[in-house]
Amino acid sequence: METPGEKHGKVWLWLDERVGLKDLDKLAKKKQVPLQRYTLWYYFGGMTLFLFTVQVITGILLLLYYRPSSGEAYESVQFLMTEVQFGWLVRSIHAWSANLMIFTLFVHLFSTLMLKAYRRPREVTWLSGMALMALTLTFGFTGYLLPWNKLAFFATSVGTEIPGILPIVGSFMRRLLRGGDEVTGATLTRFYGIHVAVLPALVTALIGLHLFFVQKHGMSVPPSIAAKDTAPRTMPFFPNFLLRDAVGWLCALAVLASLAAFYPAELGEKADPFQPAPIGIKPEWYFMFMFQTLKLLPSYILGIEGELVGILAFGAGGLFLALIPFLDRASARGERSQLFVWLGCAIILYMLVLTYLGYTMSATK
Amino acid sequence: MPEETMHPQIDRRNFLNWFLGTTAGAFAVAILYPLSRYLIPPKVEESTAKTVTLSVKPADIKVNSGEIFRFGSQPAILVRTPGNELKAYSAVCTHLSCIVQYRSDVSHIWCACHNGHYDLNGKNILGPPPKPLEEYVVNVKGDQIVVSKSA
Repeated sequence: METPGEKHGKVWLWLDERVGLKDLDKLAKKKQVPLQRYTLWYYFGGMTLFLFTVQVITGILLLLYYRPSSGEAYESVQFLMTEVQFGWLVRSIHAWSANLMIFTLFVHLFSTLMLKAYRRPREVTWLSGMALMALTLTFGFTGYLLPWNKLAFFATSVGTEIPGILPIVGSFMRRLLRGGDEVTGATLTRFYGIHVAVLPALVTALIGLHLFFVQKHGMSVPPSIAAKDTAPRTMPFFPNFLLRDAVGWLCALAVLASLAAFYPAELGEKADPFQPAPIGIKPEWYFMFMFQTLKLLPSYILGIEGELVGILAFGAGGLFLALIPFLDRASARGERSQLFVWLGCAIILYMLVLTYLGYTMSATK
Repeated sequence: MPEETMHPQIDRRNFLNWFLGTTAGAFAVAILYPLSRYLIPPKVEESTAKTVTLSVKPADIKVNSGEIFRFGSQPAILVRTPGNELKAYSAVCTHLSCIVQYRSDVSHIWCACHNGHYDLNGKNILGPPPKPLEEYVVNVKGDQIVVSKSA
């Protein structure tokens, strides 16, 4: 073994003594990424993380001009889009990156599900991922209101009405979310605080935990590959895998820039609480399958209000998804379990079909 | 004998644990109580208006059309039916509280959010709304439309 003095300069040695560079070096050399048919899917978690950093940076930039009040929010975004140099670009990147981030998060989630990466000992990693998904969707929901336009106003009105349907705690929850009985400027300041302070802090902490677990357990190898006699070849994480990651991130940045340039974020009309909901109103695409389900449910199912049934069903669905590592006993034992692959397919299919219907069914029939 | 000498010590340990526990509990309550009260929005005086005189004239509302107006702090809808009758309802959809509108092509009150239909008596007839719209009383006094909550 070579002595550190031969390889590193004085600065390195000085720093190593104080912050422990040697340990980091060892860590970076130790981490290996398995090479197998499904290695491609390993990239989506990192991609989501990259898009999150884009969100943090563009979000901070938006804060410089945004004013969180019902009287000024719309106007400040309008000013940003029309007067501020590259204001349209920053806001469009923020909007597009949010959408792409949720997309890559879903890809990451479903690839983890299909490849059974949640199985022992990674159950808690899966749970931290589910919590991150919930927080990310809350990010999307709270951020959507901030421009204070018509679509956002009604989307928030409906979205905050949903917990209001729950028995007993419903009306309290709704008041707590809205900061009053209706969606008003009080709701806007509440959502603003959640969007720019509470969620970033929680998400950052959880990402740290999630990455720590990934680091601790290493990359999961799917059961079908693990069952083979020979272990898959590996690639060092640093720098080989990280550089490949970086190529993906640069591609994502290019896609973001083109989307922002060719399809800049829209602003629409200013919210007016005394105007009917606009025809063809719809939520962001990632809520579409739930929205469409609520639209198709009859007003009463077995004597219970249709939307209550729908919302309880989605709640149960989310809980089921979170508990999959504990329900899939076969995978936990290292056996193959086709059942959960089929369930994953069923969930994806349901989301795709309902989203498709949401975009194609006539808005007025 | 050793038991007797041990008891006071255990009691002292228990006492200290209890003391620390209640102090920690009281500390938590002293922080959580004001915090939770802070998060609950204060009650704002609600408009108790029982009647409202509209700024719109009866002649301005065409047959088979509708218009949103303010009833206190809530939106309401005024409709002139194809049978030339003036009617008023709460404009808040009973499904998920979007604001409804009048659709002259089907002569229904309609909610764009989840495609809910109400007939001209405010009754929910199609789609997800679970209840009819609240009906108000419309009185035309000369050039004025007065809408009031039914007693």
